[in-house]
This record gives sequence, structure tokens and C-alpha cells, in this order.
Amino acid sequence: MTEALSNTNKNERSLVMSCAVLGAAVGVFGIAFGVGSVAAGGSIAMTCVMSLLVFTGASQFSAVSVIASGGSTAAALGGASLLAARNGVYGLAMSRTLQGSVLSRLVAAQITIDESTAMSTAQTHPRAARAAFWWTGVSVYVFWNLGTLIGALAGNAIDPEQFGLDAAFPAGFVAMVIPHLRHQNGRRAAAIGAVACALTIPFLPPGMPILCAAVGVLVGVKKP
Amino acid sequence: MSWTLVLTLSAVAYFFKATGLVVVGGRQLPGIVNRCLDLIPAALVSALIINSTLGGDDGIVVDARAIGVAAAVLLAAKRAPLVVVIMAGAAVTAFARAVGLAA
Repeated sequence: MTEALSNTNKNERSLVMSCAVLGAAVGVFGIAFGVGSVAAGGSIAMTCVMSLLVFTGASQFSAVSVIASGGSTAAALGGASLLAARNGVYGLAMSRTLQGSVLSRLVAAQITIDESTAMSTAQTHPRAARAAFWWTGVSVYVFWNLGTLIGALAGNAIDPEQFGLDAAFPAGFVAMVIPHLRHQNGRRAAAIGAVACALTIPFLPPGMPILCAAVGVLVGVKKP
Repeated sequence: MSWTLVLTLSAVAYFFKATGLVVVGGRQLPGIVNRCLDLIPAALVSALIINSTLGGDDGIVVDARAIGVAAAVLLAAKRAPLVVVIMAGAAVTAFARAVGLAA
């Protein structure tokens, strides 16, 4: 009993630690976003409100880069919306893990992103899955917005690539996908998803290849 | 950059995030739908790995990220903790860039 309890505490500590590290890496990209957004002509207020309300990094970077290269608002919205669409699929995946009222779901929605979904679904127990979702989502939310503010105020940032931080996310996702590979259907879905994404990257606008990977879930149509 | 862009994108992003969570809610779904929903993370997280390792401005790019992620795969297969996998992925990528092994 005591041993089981101390194991739970240890697992929870290492979970919180992982969430904090992930959040800190995201924070550095938040700084880069803040700098880029102000450089693209956004005010400090616009930049911070975008991170607070949009809160899905890939979409934000995409919107700012379109504006920075002289694109229209409509063009910026189109690309960013395609990138945001995958969060809808994450919502479907998380809908059964998260319990509670419509109100708590409306709050959870704001932090339904790559990191929180991947971290949560990598857990074995439902309780750990819920804890991982909230810890990761809140940690990333705090660091992303703090980073954005610092970047928007400072105007120049460290280069995340110099520290290899652009590889921190795929590295984390590698560890998070492993529990899904224990079952044959999971391995098949992962393989189809990866191949669908790789094949469509050269042809489709950013964001679409990740949505195309959803074709992998059709493995579940057949009863195991 | 305009407030129109910021606020419209906020609404679109929130719409996507909330739809699945709220519409499906805690409802019981038929077995076939449940089996497919269970496979979303496997399919999409593996796509995220490909996309953030090899995705570039013009299609697929193999650079220092691939070396770092290869190190991450080795460590993750040996059941190293998440924190270690993330830090090793970043460190190996940074090292490969610093010594000029890859861009």
C-alpha cells in the first residue's frame, strides 16, 4: 500500500516534471513568435491577445509568416485555419477521457492542442490521462503566453534552432507514441498515418498532411 | 496584421477545439466509432513526428532534426523517461548543427 502510494507520487512528480520541460521548450518558441509577430507589424497587444485566444502555435506562426511576406488577411486566415483543424480531431479523441460539465469542457477546449493530447493519450490509467492533459495544457499555456510577451517586448530573441529546440517536439512525440504501438491496430494506424503524412507533405499546404494522417484510424473499422 | 485577423482566427481556432469535445461529450458511441477514435492519437502523433522532423518550406527536408530524432527513437525504445528523450533530441540536433554535420 505504502509502496503503491509512493509509486503514484513518483509517477505524478515525473509527469509534472515532463510537463514543465515541455512547457519551457514551448516558451522559447513563444519568444520567437512574439518577436516575429511584432516584426510583421502586429502591436504588442495584438500579439499577446493572439497567443491568449488563438493558442495553437503552428497556426499563429503560419498567420504571421503570411502577413510578413505581404499576404492578405484572407490568405493568412486560410492557412492558419487548416492548421487549426486538427485540434478538432484531438477534441474527438479527448472527448471520452475528459469528464465533467459542459463548462469544464469549454475550458478544456482552449488547451486541446498537440502536446496536451499526445501527453494524455500516452498514459495508461484514465486518472493519469486526465492529469496529464490538464498539467500539459496549463503548463504550455503559461509558458507560451509568457514567452510571447517577452518576445513582443524584447523585439529580438535567441534562435530556438541553435539549441536544437525544433527537434524537441518530434523527440517528445516519439516517446508519446510508443504506448500506442503496443497493439497491432495501433501500430497499423501509426504506420498509415506516418506514410500518409510523408506522401502528402510535398503537395499539400501546411496542416493538411496531418489531417490526411487521420485515414489511419480506419484500421479500427474491422473488429479486432 | 489586424485585429480582424487576430479575432477571426481566435474564433475559428476555438470552434475547432470545442466542437469535438462538446458535441461528442461523454456520450456512448457505437463500438466501431470508439475503435476508430481510439486510433486517432497513434495516427496523428506519428504524423506529427514526420511533419516536425522532415517538414520544410518546400516539401521534405532532411537536416539535423533527423539526427536528433533518431537519437530520441533509440532512447525511447530503451524506455528512457520523456524528459531525457526530449533533452537528448534537442542536444543531439544542436550538436550536429554546431559541428556542421547538418543544417
